[in-house]
Amino acid sequence: MPNMSPKKVNMPEQEPDIRNKNFLEVALGYTPEMAQEEAQRCLQCKNKPCVAGCPVNVQIPEFIELVANGQFEKAYEKITETNSLPAICGRVCPQETQCEKLCIRGIKNEPVGIGRLERFVADWFIQNSKPNSKDIQKNGIKVAVIGSGPAGLTCAGDLANMGYDVTIFEAFHTPGGVLMYGIPEFRLPKALVQKEIDNLKHLGVKIRTNMVIGKVLSLEELEQEGYKAIFIGTGAGLPNFMGIPGENLNGVYSSNEFLTRINLMKAYLFPQYGTPVKVGKNVAVVGGGNVAMDAARSAKRLGAENVYIIYRRSEKELPARLEEIHHAKEEGIIFKLLTNPTKIIGTDDGWVKGMECVEMELGEPDSSGRRRPVVKKGSEHVVDVNTVIIAIGQSPNPLIKSTTKGLDTHDWGGIIVEEATGATSKEGVYAGGDTVTGAATVILAMGAGKTAANAIDEYLKKTL
Amino acid sequence: MYKIVKKQTLSPAVKLMKIQEPYVARKAQPGQFIILRVDEFGERIPLTIADYDRDEGTVTIIFQEVGKTTKALGLLEEGQELLDFVGPLGVASHFDGIKKAAVIGGGLGTAIAYPQAKQLHKMGAEVHSVIGFRNKDLIILESEMSEASSKLVVTTDDGSNGTKGFVTDELKKLIDQGNIYDLVIAIGPLIMMKAVSNLTKQYGIKTIVSMNPVMIDGTGMCGGCRVTVGGKIKFACVDGPDFDGHEVDFDEAMRRQMMYKSDERQSLDDHACRLGGESNA
Repeated sequence: MPNMSPKKVNMPEQEPDIRNKNFLEVALGYTPEMAQEEAQRCLQCKNKPCVAGCPVNVQIPEFIELVANGQFEKAYEKITETNSLPAICGRVCPQETQCEKLCIRGIKNEPVGIGRLERFVADWFIQNSKPNSKDIQKNGIKVAVIGSGPAGLTCAGDLANMGYDVTIFEAFHTPGGVLMYGIPEFRLPKALVQKEIDNLKHLGVKIRTNMVIGKVLSLEELEQEGYKAIFIGTGAGLPNFMGIPGENLNGVYSSNEFLTRINLMKAYLFPQYGTPVKVGKNVAVVGGGNVAMDAARSAKRLGAENVYIIYRRSEKELPARLEEIHHAKEEGIIFKLLTNPTKIIGTDDGWVKGMECVEMELGEPDSSGRRRPVVKKGSEHVVDVNTVIIAIGQSPNPLIKSTTKGLDTHDWGGIIVEEATGATSKEGVYAGGDTVTGAATVILAMGAGKTAANAIDEYLKKTL
Repeated sequence: MYKIVKKQTLSPAVKLMKIQEPYVARKAQPGQFIILRVDEFGERIPLTIADYDRDEGTVTIIFQEVGKTTKALGLLEEGQELLDFVGPLGVASHFDGIKKAAVIGGGLGTAIAYPQAKQLHKMGAEVHSVIGFRNKDLIILESEMSEASSKLVVTTDDGSNGTKGFVTDELKKLIDQGNIYDLVIAIGPLIMMKAVSNLTKQYGIKTIVSMNPVMIDGTGMCGGCRVTVGGKIKFACVDGPDFDGHEVDFDEAMRRQMMYKSDERQSLDDHACRLGGESNA
């Protein structure tokens, strides 16, 4: 008999007023008892609507049933049949718009906590088991994966499991892409990402850091080095700015720079770590997505007294996950909605001292279907801030497209691919993730990496 | 890991290192830079490539020990290794069609100007070089620059060696003597590049400067290295580091350079403590 409780089993978290002063993980995870109790809320529907919502087709009812029975290791094996990064997905996937959105229990009450259960299983496995080196029949065929974010890691893992000799090329000194430089420690502990990367190494995946493909080696040179297929998963790393006056003042950051300093370079441990970051008493974060929430919550943790989210539409249109908005509010982040910056004001020696904004109201829906914000007359006002973080999105990094002949891209920079395979206009070259779609989610990038891995396998079987 | 195969002291605070990294050596061009990290706790810092040897597979960097990272770097010896070394980054300098050029190096900037002078010289262009230093102890690469130039003027601010005065005065003299330059390359402190650019603007001589702002990744990702050029935001790492000196907003660049000055001090103090009282900061 399933557990008919209308609500998910609560997951313990650090108290807001404690956690907004440290970088330790916010959510603490289920105990085995909590996980089994939550797993019993699953109705084991025959038609499995949840699975259709998962970009990598995790066999959700099956793994949840194993959790309910206390067979955690088997549950892990079930999840990893289709998802190579469960500890990460369990934390950062937007389950509320994917698997959990389609959960039958969610029609009248809260859906089953699929993400929480996935996280539990992955964490349990990391703590209790060693990855056993699977016996993989190696085929010796070399494949290059460019970029070690979620798309690249997934593609590399899947190809290695099929027996390919995979090498990942990473521009930074540490692999992981956005999982390392972008998503903060308090939401995704870096030791976990490292663990997932170590798992790939156990599968035989080689990782070469400090390799900026397009500069140190071209795609053609990779082919000459014997790579029979290439996957490009270089992400959306090019920060967008607003184009308003004052954006080059001292104290204005792109969210990329701000978060990279903190996460990858560990500026929160300055001066033990050499990279500094500037956080004033009052901080404005422009934008309303997950990256904006990450930047705001990081600024708060670094000692800012007042942190504002400045967003030009209303609460309803905030693109961030509900959970992130909820966490940010709990931690004391102030939301200034329907507000748009027009100018950043500086001191005589070039430091931010304020941001001029206008109030907005929502007009008719635009091409995105969202109501278009229009300026309210006479609403100009100045927000007193010393730090501005611009988190209004990123575009694909242009390094590879600018150095590769015959690689077709959109005007806005995204690599053009065949959707079902990830194939680019260049034979043997595949792409996926944010470099194709523009900034999106970890799980969509993983899905694209998976699609491309299958397509690469088919392509190589046909051509070799 | 990236091995230091040669270390040389050029002046008390300026050191040269050759790093074994065949991939970077194979592709490096004048004007490009690398980013390095000394150890796990270190910052990523950009340094312009001073020279390269494709056969040996080595890349030469020259640095001044001013901050925590460059001081830590200076402590490493031949045979030791750097944790990270990535490049070649940035756009290479373009000298097509240049017949006669003036290369101006200010202080450590001379190390960056040197590969440019060498390249121009190799292409058969006539190179006049003016290199300036605060005093005679700080002079670097004098013989190398001399080899790459048909005329070399060395200045010191205090007159302790060579001509007393600034590089701009000497460049002005050369121009006024009737030298017609297709291009002036000015590399050094921002204030010097600004002064040279202001001078050459009056004469209408095309001038290239090399910007070296704070950056993290060096691949266009952080945007920390943004420079206003011709009223537009450019990223020094991927659009530069070479820019038209007449278009660069030097005043803004100088303000931006101050952003982490107080942190550098803190970092350096901390560093000195850990080294047990190093006092040459």
